[in-house]
Amino acid sequence: MKKNEFNIVDFVKIYSEDKLALFFLINLIFILILVIFGPLFTLQNPYDLSQLNILDSLLPPLSQSYENNYFFLGTDDQGRDLLSAIIYGLRISLYVGILSVVISLIIGIILGVVSAYFGGIVDSFIMRVADMVLAMPSFLIALVLLSILGRGLENVVFALVMSQWATFARVIRSSALSEKEKDYFYSAKCLCLPQYRIVFGHLLPNCLPPIIVLSTINLAFAITLEASLSFLGVGLPITEPSIGLIISNGYEYIIVGKYWMSLYPGLFLLITVISINIFSDRLRILLNPRLNI
Amino acid sequence: MLFINYKNLSMLIFLTNRIIQSFIVLLIMSLLVFAAVYAIGNPIDVLINPEASEEEKIKTIKNLGLDKSLFEQYYIFLQNAFKGELGYSFVHNRPAISLILERLPATLELTISALLIAIIIGIPLGTIAGLNPDNFISKSILAMSIFFFSLPTFWVGLILIMIFAVSYNFFPSTGRGDTVEIFGFYFSFLTFDGLKHLALPSINLALYPLALVIRLTFAGIQETLPLDFIKFARAKGLSRFRIISYHLLKYILIPIVTVIGLQFSVLIAFAVITESIFAWPGMGRLIIESITLLDRPVIVAYLLVTVFIFMLVNLIVDILYSLLDPRIRISDK
Repeated sequence: MKKNEFNIVDFVKIYSEDKLALFFLINLIFILILVIFGPLFTLQNPYDLSQLNILDSLLPPLSQSYENNYFFLGTDDQGRDLLSAIIYGLRISLYVGILSVVISLIIGIILGVVSAYFGGIVDSFIMRVADMVLAMPSFLIALVLLSILGRGLENVVFALVMSQWATFARVIRSSALSEKEKDYFYSAKCLCLPQYRIVFGHLLPNCLPPIIVLSTINLAFAITLEASLSFLGVGLPITEPSIGLIISNGYEYIIVGKYWMSLYPGLFLLITVISINIFSDRLRILLNPRLNI
Repeated sequence: MLFINYKNLSMLIFLTNRIIQSFIVLLIMSLLVFAAVYAIGNPIDVLINPEASEEEKIKTIKNLGLDKSLFEQYYIFLQNAFKGELGYSFVHNRPAISLILERLPATLELTISALLIAIIIGIPLGTIAGLNPDNFISKSILAMSIFFFSLPTFWVGLILIMIFAVSYNFFPSTGRGDTVEIFGFYFSFLTFDGLKHLALPSINLALYPLALVIRLTFAGIQETLPLDFIKFARAKGLSRFRIISYHLLKYILIPIVTVIGLQFSVLIAFAVITESIFAWPGMGRLIIESITLLDRPVIVAYLLVTVFIFMLVNLIVDILYSLLDPRIRISDK
């Protein structure tokens, strides 16, 4: 029986049945390429002051620069090409988002599996703490932590992890609990396999579908959360200009009609988040064993 | 003869349990927040004029109680908290709790109108999509809900200002407008000018819960339609309208009420963003100002007030849940 083996070609085929989802997946891949290789083809390094010209400041989209380059999305108040700034900003936003999700995932897996595997006091203690964290809106947890710790990349990642780990721990615990009742788990135990093999070789791989879906949803959420916090001025410092900071920078110019400095970075953020959300929504449908595809 | 109404008794036990639990959580939260806020950051540098004389400095520190140890400060804080006093704002030189309560009605007005928008628009749209999931309108509604999910609140706020306040000047972009006093609190939803001011912020805040309500209603209807009691209602010859508006919606209302209740807390938190963008004078704007000014008593008081509101909301949701669904006996929990 080779039925259960994962086949990437088949998966892409089934995935592509939803054309909208396929479009956004391609979009997502495009964004990732743009972000990873971005510095190779941007007009300038937007944070190298020697490459900026103050005469180019506040130019609307599609205007020409002092040196006859085109600024497709206009420039900001320091004469910075907005497109380059957006690509550099997305790098930081995605980096913070992915890092925080990976760390929360690791914490969630450890706590969730420990909870499900050992049960008893350990389980109820971990879950009470998780319940307490979940009772608070994650935005508020992050806001409070950052108001105490101050701005900074590590602080933002820490705040995002603190507001997300509980969701992971809860989901992983509940799926590990249901897997624990299944026959393969008992047979693995009866074979007297070492515990790490039972956990890493048998339990975790079977908990993967919900973990994957949750990670993608939370990635979109973490990116939005970081952008909101940076916009409010409690997130990343000015030395790490993420998308949220770029939008916040353009905020004061909206009233005077210079809309592009906030509009375009926000659009890029929106497209990134939508692509991740639709991707995860499609994954959720495909990986749900209760639905037959 | 002693008759005990077991149902009421179990309800009472449940309530006391929950209230004790909430109280313990509140205590733990206050300790955590207090310790964290007070351990880091030195308000003396912020609050006292650097050119003040040494004598003045010591006097101010003493007045604010900053010379005592952390535990002493927490002890005094707890003692006062039981009396309903949550410390004095360093910046405004007024009790922190009165500062917050003064701004609470504005925040509640904003969050409640956002929730109402989400419910009034979301449930019909979700129902339309759930009844005929395959037609074009339903697909657009669902696509729209994913779109709303992904919209960053703060950016939508800017775009709303850009379109409706700057380009077309339909709605004002800042403040609350004219307010009407009710029981000593000021509300702006009773005047036309106030409603105009309320429109943009509440739409901004409503997008996320709107998407959630649409999805929940959709999923609920999808799960309920094949159930026996709907088939039975249909077999009885009830009209389609009555089946949908009475039997179906009553059944799916249970998860929706729960989630909306929990969303209320989330909206109070997210109101921080909306309030800062639209200069809405609620407690969210106060906390951002306090964070930048390092006004610790206000930060602590804000958190305790919001945690208290969350606990209250969760309790109300639990009670509503048991009232709506007679199958759930509270004592079983």
